[in-house]
Amino acid sequence: MRILLAFIFALSCQWVIASPTALDNPSPQASFSSLVQQLPAASIKELSPLVDQLAATNDPKALTLLEALKDGQLYYTKDNKTVVRIIEENKATKEVTTETILEPLTTQTINTKTIKKIRVNNALRGQIGDYLSALKLFAEDETVRQAAIADFITQPDPEQVGLLQQAQANEQNEQLKAQLSIALASIDAHNSALPENQLAAVTLLAESQHMETFYWLERLQEKTTNPELKQAISTSMDSIQSRRDRYKMVENTFFGLSMGSVLLLAAIGLAITFGVMGVINMAHGEMIMIGAYATYVVQSLMPNHIGYSIWVAIPVAFLSAALVGILIERLVIKHLYGRPLETLLATFGISLILQQAARSLFGPLNQSVITPQWMSGSWEINPMLAFTYNRLYILFFALMVFFGLVLLLRKTSIGLHMRAVTQNRAMANSMGIRSGRVDALTFGLGSGIAGLAGVAISQLNNVGPNLGQSYIIDSFMVVVFGGAGNIFGTLYAAFGLGMINKYIEPFAGAVLAKILILVFIILFMQWRPRGMFAVKGRFVED
Amino acid sequence: MSFIEQAKRLLGMSLVCSAAVVMSGCEKPAEAPAAPAPETAPTEETVEAPTFDGEIKVGVLHSLSGTMAISETTLKDTVLMLVEDQNEKGGLLGKKLVPVVVDPASNWPLFAEKTKELIEKEGVDVIFGCWTSVSRKSVLPVIENLNGLLFYPVQYEGEESSKNVFYTGAAPNQQAIPAVDYLMDAEGVERWVLEGTDYVYPRTTNKILEAYLKGKGVAEEDISINYTPFGHSDWQTRVAEIKEFGSAGKKTAVVSTINGDANVPFYKELANQGIAATDIPVVAFSVGEEELSGFDTAPLVGHLAAWNYFQSAEADVNDEFIAKWKGFIGDESRVTNDPMEATYIGFKAWAKAVEKAGTTDVDAVRSAMYGIEVPNLTGGIAKVLPNHHFTKPVLIGEIQADGQFEIVSQTEEVPGDAWTDFLPESAKIVSDWQDPAINCGNYNTETKACSGQNY
Repeated sequence: MRILLAFIFALSCQWVIASPTALDNPSPQASFSSLVQQLPAASIKELSPLVDQLAATNDPKALTLLEALKDGQLYYTKDNKTVVRIIEENKATKEVTTETILEPLTTQTINTKTIKKIRVNNALRGQIGDYLSALKLFAEDETVRQAAIADFITQPDPEQVGLLQQAQANEQNEQLKAQLSIALASIDAHNSALPENQLAAVTLLAESQHMETFYWLERLQEKTTNPELKQAISTSMDSIQSRRDRYKMVENTFFGLSMGSVLLLAAIGLAITFGVMGVINMAHGEMIMIGAYATYVVQSLMPNHIGYSIWVAIPVAFLSAALVGILIERLVIKHLYGRPLETLLATFGISLILQQAARSLFGPLNQSVITPQWMSGSWEINPMLAFTYNRLYILFFALMVFFGLVLLLRKTSIGLHMRAVTQNRAMANSMGIRSGRVDALTFGLGSGIAGLAGVAISQLNNVGPNLGQSYIIDSFMVVVFGGAGNIFGTLYAAFGLGMINKYIEPFAGAVLAKILILVFIILFMQWRPRGMFAVKGRFVED
Repeated sequence: MSFIEQAKRLLGMSLVCSAAVVMSGCEKPAEAPAAPAPETAPTEETVEAPTFDGEIKVGVLHSLSGTMAISETTLKDTVLMLVEDQNEKGGLLGKKLVPVVVDPASNWPLFAEKTKELIEKEGVDVIFGCWTSVSRKSVLPVIENLNGLLFYPVQYEGEESSKNVFYTGAAPNQQAIPAVDYLMDAEGVERWVLEGTDYVYPRTTNKILEAYLKGKGVAEEDISINYTPFGHSDWQTRVAEIKEFGSAGKKTAVVSTINGDANVPFYKELANQGIAATDIPVVAFSVGEEELSGFDTAPLVGHLAAWNYFQSAEADVNDEFIAKWKGFIGDESRVTNDPMEATYIGFKAWAKAVEKAGTTDVDAVRSAMYGIEVPNLTGGIAKVLPNHHFTKPVLIGEIQADGQFEIVSQTEEVPGDAWTDFLPESAKIVSDWQDPAINCGNYNTETKACSGQNY
């Protein structure tokens, strides 16, 4: 690895003085191709020196090759052991488009069965990664360069000083230049022979946005005997620490909001069926499960368009869960209005039936739902603060569903009917509203929204027969805490509980946080038995 | 699409069953234990249908409904396959093996009741079953009282050796300790996160690992231990903590005893927060091929798992087993996993012991078990030890994008240790059911006495 970096350094110097490399290496092309031809037969242990040699060939194609190897895109054909790289994959037809690495460059579409992967392990991926990050210091794309510099800040290595100085001299972007100074300062702080250089480096490190620098300084502090330097280190460490604490607050708030958004999604459906209609629906969790399975089915029907499948899944999940909800209402719950205990038992039975139905239909194993590319990874604001995309999208989705529902209830005639029936059934009937139909629609709406929650949850959790079980308790908790019958109560309760949970968790751990939340709710309900925002007015019974 | 075909096939059945299933669990007619009269069974036209002289009943005690059905259904099918296979070879002692399948429905007390039913009512000669430690603990008093025989096929926390149970899965020294050794040697890990679900197996395993790491000179502040509830799905805070713990400039790894369902959200969060296997590798003890088939494996590539068997193990006997399994279950995409192999070696060892003893009497079979050697599926030999554990090789595998494991390390066969050597209170306890001078599962080498505890 170090030899490698030294080589790259030498290489980048050569760029500057523009000397042809071909002189040192009589036939780089030949050796590159012979190395490539060795790949199919090599075991993982033999691959490691091969990678070093490949990198050292300085062949322009080495970068593509190594990147493909690292990402598991490098294969060889079973018949004549030609090394190929995958360009495009068609999951439905099980075909891939491949391109040969060596001349002549040919592209062809073949069945996946005819090729075999060149397997790599973690150590090898790390080895290639190190090599690539050295090369990436000189990449065209700024974000690529930034990531490469971050690698050098988090793992300072004195042997790379020359390379970094080279990069700094080439760098045009001021911000990245500053980052490179920090990378160099990390090395200087430990290695510089001159105390004043060390002092300057340590002072500069206060600007670092990496927690690694903090520990790097801590180790220096244990080592050094210079009191002035010790003082400077403490100051720099404090400044990093306080920056970290600030971002930690923001991060915790985001975690809380995100957890709240999942609680909200799971609970709004219930806020309608339980909160508005007063039906204790123990099968609510299974409506979420139906939505999640709908996402899985849609995805397996369009394996080549995973990115769009989510958009198709949203209406499909809503409709299928709503349909099941309406069926349950018409067949079972209709006959049980006003008998909460029987409703509870009947819906509990339905939930078990639906679970076992899922188990019989899809098997007892979890199904894998692929997270689309645009929902993976995180939005990195700086190295200390990043928001994961899937959580971010789900937060927006939850708010959209919520406000969509509020609009529906307040601004449409069906919403008006729903409110009328739940407030005074007899009066609504005499005004010509078909309350039976409205009941079915309301229950269908609540179930459909649970189905939407299933789409979101399929991106976070397992899709399996037990999915609903893990959300039913939380959903009731949120609705009861917020005050049954008040949709906005559910909103505040969901985000409130999410935030409390996420602020407790760093100190108490996840197990205790959960217990404390439940204790808190029990105590709260003693004080306000009808929840935070109790419905008031003459239509409130008892 | 396979699920549509499945849907058609199963719709009728599910409708009929779903009503009954609430109470009893759905038993497919084919597996119904109703004693098959000899004249109804051989409808197949094949020649040489073996003639049998009597029956040996084999109890299958795995949950077919409820939360554990996800893992245990596969093991039920494995036992049925092994029984079918044995019958094709002429049964045992000239008798036909008859499986008796019951469904304890992931309900721990029900495990004890069903065990009693199997032994007293059905009169089974052996039971293959249980998955969670709590279900095994629930079965223990019953099986010891009625002197039954249980083969337990899952890796567990150790600290137990019952006269009536054979532990065919890994003890901690056959999984956890070698995995930690691998990370230390091959990846140079110096800082450890022990992450587990909050129940007995992770807590005991982590206690052993903590003592082991400290014995290796790892400092207190380089170990972070944390537990989360069952089915934990919001990993944001914990993953952020792991990320920060790993930024101290020392190579960090996570040793995960996270239980099944909480794994998907955990790995997703790791990937989304940008932690790759090359930064902080996770070695898991509960993630196998079957679990991976329900994962989106993209975020997992490069993370590790430690088992005694991987489907990718290269051995002829393994290829044969995989082909037979796929044929039996009728689905090319089904995978094999470690508890299946443990069931396999347990079944083979029992069959061999019955032949050696010439009877299915529990005490005779038990005595015949010690020292029996059967080939395992990774090309080695599993030997039954007097402490009711087996010798097993330890394999470390890296997760690949296709949901299989690339085996990066494989040890010689390691003898299973019932009582760990790394906890002071357990180090002095040995189990030996063969040596007449000891003949118990918890002999204290200092006081020279058995603790008197039954298991």
